[in-house]
Parts: sequence; structure tokens; C-alpha cells
Amino acid sequence: MSSPEYYIKSYCLIRDGKVSKNGEILFSDDSEEFPAFIKSAYKHFETDYSKFFKMDNLSKLAFMGAEVLLCENEEQNTALVLSNRASSLDTDRKHQAAISKESGAFASPAVFVYTLPNICMGEISIRHKLYSENSFFIFAEFNPYLLSDYANDLLISGKANEVLCGWVDYDKGKYDAFLYVIAKKGMLPHNTGELTKLYRTK
Amino acid sequence: MSELKQELKEKIIEQLNLEDVSVDEIANDDPLFGEGLGLDSIDALELIVMLDKDYGIRLADPKEGRKIFESIDTMAAYIAANRTN
Repeated sequence: MSSPEYYIKSYCLIRDGKVSKNGEILFSDDSEEFPAFIKSAYKHFETDYSKFFKMDNLSKLAFMGAEVLLCENEEQNTALVLSNRASSLDTDRKHQAAISKESGAFASPAVFVYTLPNICMGEISIRHKLYSENSFFIFAEFNPYLLSDYANDLLISGKANEVLCGWVDYDKGKYDAFLYVIAKKGMLPHNTGELTKLYRTK
Repeated sequence: MSELKQELKEKIIEQLNLEDVSVDEIANDDPLFGEGLGLDSIDALELIVMLDKDYGIRLADPKEGRKIFESIDTMAAYIAANRTN
């Protein structure tokens, strides 16, 4: 379903060592490892939020994407609708390894709290003081159909004034984020064709 | 005792991912929670696990942590008196 009255207000891609917003590369880094890359991005954007370093990789990825899009966003009723393929598997494995040690199992509370993918939306909500609707979906691949339907429904029903949507996937060092804000005014029409085109942007 | 305090500062920075804090910046009597290092409830749980894993101390009541984790001074004193490894 497409909805001509809603628009893509802005979008952000984080992949291949680059952070871009609305097609413009804002930051790039040669770091091969995600932790080094995302730390460099954090410093580049002069993000002052020490709790960032306590997050797992998935939350850092989602947080940075939201930071790029919501840093100047004054709309408090912004719903969050995110999705990915790997859920929180990267952190799940760390937790499993910690509790499986034969020499003594000690679960880390700081790791355990991230063994759900929707925790990343909690981090975004805390940072941007959002008390809005949120949902996290697991798909085999980016699914613009369900995301657009869901976002439109939130806007039509009045449950949100804007929606931060997208794909934020992290597993085994590989990362891919495509986040976008849907609003009543914007730069591009909100439809599955446009979303697919933007997602496939290199 | 001063070695233990130094060790605790290093462990806290590493295990609680205090990226922008150095050992020199933590005074022995600084509050660890609230206005001091600003640790939160998950950090408190991590400290309880650390006591168990590294010093063989199991807190029967997590509320005991409030006094034990007031500062590096109080942590070091409690560990010195109760450690089993």
C-alpha cells in the first residue's frame, strides 16, 4: 500500500564504513572493525552521551542512525518501527558463551539486557525523550511493504505524528542500517518503490 | 589496600565500559552512583557479579550493595574483610 499524503522526510544509511544522510556522506572511516568505526562516528558527530559505550553493537548502530535523523527533530510523538534479520543474535551468543563456561559461569547483566532486539528502540527513546509507540520486526530481508503499511497506519490512526522506520541489522561484524522518518511533509513520496530504491543505494 | 583500590578502579573502568574516565579521575571517596561516576542499576548488578567472580564474595541481599558500593574506599574495605580468593 502506498500513501500519497505521507512523505520521507529524511533518511540515513550506515554501511561500508560510511554514514550518509539524504544521499550526502557525512562521515567515512577506514576502520575494518565495527566497534572502531562506530566509535569514530560517535566522536565525529560530537555525540555527548556516555551511555553509548555501554550499548551492544546493534544498539550503537540504531542509536547512531537515529542520532543523525532526530538530532534536529522537535516532534516528540515520533513512533519507532524497526526491523532486521539477525534479531539480537550477536549479543545472544556473547551471553551464551558467558553462561556456558566450564570454569565458572557468570552472566553479565550488562550483556543480558541487550538480548532482545527492541532494546535498541529503548535507547533511542531515552536519548530523544520519546514516549511513543514502538515495534520491532524480524524479516529475512528489508521489507518495505509491511513497514510502510505499519507506518501509515500509525499516522492515519493518529497514534503518531511522525515515524522513524527502517532496517538495522548487525551480526558477526557485518552491519547495515537504513533508517528514515515518515511525516506529513517531506522530500520524497512514501511508497515501497521509493523505499526499495533508497535502501539499494550504494 | 592502595593496590586493591587501584585494581578496583581499573576493573570498574574496563567492565563498566567507562570510555571517557581514567583511573586518575576517580578519587577514593568519590560517590560511584549519582553525582559521582553516574553508575546505574545495571552497573550495580555488574559490580555484584564482579565481587563474586573476582573476589569470591556472594551478596545474600543485593541491598547490601548500597553501602558497599558507595565509593572505592568502601568497596576496598569490604573486599579486604570478606574476600575468599
